[in-house]
Amino acid sequence: MQTLSVEYWRRALLDLAQAIEGEKERLCRLDGAIGDGDHGTSMATGFRLVGARLASGDLPDIGAILHATGTTLVSSVGGVTGIVFGSFFIGAAKAAEGKTETGTADLAAMFAAGLEAVQLRGKAKPGDKTMVDALAPAVEALRKADEKGLGVQEALEVAHRAAREGMDRTREMKAKIGRARYQGEKAVGHIDAGAASVVVILTSLAKTAVQSPDGSSA
Amino acid sequence: MAMKKLINDPSEVVQELVEGFALANERLVRKHPRVNAVIRNDAPVPGKVAVVIGGGAGHEPLFLEYVGPGMADAEAHGQIFAAPSPDVVLAAVKAVSAGKGVMLLYNNYEGDRLNFDMAQDMARDEGIEVVTVLINDELASAPRGEEAQRRGTTADHVVIKIAGAVAETKAPLNEVVRVTRKAVSWARSLGVGLSSCTLPATGMDIFEIADDEMEIGMGLHGEPGVERIKLLTADETVERILPRILEDLPYEDGDEVILVINGYGGSTRMEMFIVNRKLRRMLSEAGIKVHSTEVGEFCTSQEMKGMSITLVKVDDELKRYFDMPCLSPFYVKQ
Repeated sequence: MQTLSVEYWRRALLDLAQAIEGEKERLCRLDGAIGDGDHGTSMATGFRLVGARLASGDLPDIGAILHATGTTLVSSVGGVTGIVFGSFFIGAAKAAEGKTETGTADLAAMFAAGLEAVQLRGKAKPGDKTMVDALAPAVEALRKADEKGLGVQEALEVAHRAAREGMDRTREMKAKIGRARYQGEKAVGHIDAGAASVVVILTSLAKTAVQSPDGSSA
Repeated sequence: MAMKKLINDPSEVVQELVEGFALANERLVRKHPRVNAVIRNDAPVPGKVAVVIGGGAGHEPLFLEYVGPGMADAEAHGQIFAAPSPDVVLAAVKAVSAGKGVMLLYNNYEGDRLNFDMAQDMARDEGIEVVTVLINDELASAPRGEEAQRRGTTADHVVIKIAGAVAETKAPLNEVVRVTRKAVSWARSLGVGLSSCTLPATGMDIFEIADDEMEIGMGLHGEPGVERIKLLTADETVERILPRILEDLPYEDGDEVILVINGYGGSTRMEMFIVNRKLRRMLSEAGIKVHSTEVGEFCTSQEMKGMSITLVKVDDELKRYFDMPCLSPFYVKQ
């Protein structure tokens, strides 16, 4: 499989909405350890509406699908979660504008643009114990996958693994931004819930790429 | 403790509370038809700077009950403990903008800044003049010298009242901003948390604290404070808290202040008055005069037990604006 179609992306985001719903309580528990515990419900609320938005079907290309995903998250969720994850998809959409298929180079460009948008808005740097600590390694993994000429399924697989390793590293970090920073040393020993959500996203995208690369329902 | 609240579907809590609030106060305010924003009935008021406030839900009466003549023009209500989305803030701004500029006034939290900043960008793109003033009175959240990092809490009660009064005189935007910033810069708060609270969406306590403990400097969302200690008496608690507030600005002999004693939601007025008695004695000993004492629940955190103390130093100008009439659902001055 060398490229992912419009149909794949629609299917993948609908699958992702279900995956987030399934992970809702785990994400809340992670957030609850060092925050107020609503990250999972915020993500689930947003992606439920993303599901409804994509089901309406008037989105002709991959950029439009990702942009609709991002604006739905920004406008419906509130808090840090909505704006940060929404900014990721809006950023990624710019790199996919007008595209009806995306190869590994496109994936690398989309995730890099998404990361840039997140950092521009949220001001988080690697090491701050945020979703950036899972996303930045995934961006790097996709860049290398493109250099090596890997296919999209393999590229998403390595990106997902890099994100998971990045998420695991947040366990040892003190938070430097967001409400968790007030926890100081107490945040050490807990992984960041936003980083965990990045892993959920990449796991789900990789899974759909294997199970339904052309977007047909399994 | 298990959650025990009279609610319906937890995901509809904010929508339902805003609808119920608007119905209870339909003579003064209306709900925006599309989003969870509250707008004063006579807005946009010609020739007047619009003051738009907002923040996460779960802190009622903040912020929605502070909308009305002499107070804010509109409020953007977020989800429980989560900032309103840019969409809600922008809708609030557009509903009240009268072409004289808009001041966004809210508490300094990351989520609020992200969402309000995006709304500010969007409003400016539409040609609306917008200035932001952040409230950052909570001194436990960052040391002296790093005031810009501090969270906002109960100073809201005084700052919004003053900002609303300045705007009501049809002062220009830069004047509304100047006076509001002065009130913020002279405000300091410190609180004590005695118990946790539960979130409607999860039904879970947001933090744990033993029955015989209290935490000085506890944040409104359970952010850790400066020290966790065994429960003290009211007088001992004031002796711990007030000196930290006084030395921070500092407030000095001969200063005049507005004093706020704010219950977090689960503490009684009985306790607040007992605390006030000690506060007034200590302030009097320090030579600090109290212009007005505000006792009640202004900035709550669901059913959390505990309270916060706020001092706002006032000069003749701030006193004049604070004493002007206002008519909001929660707070009325004749």
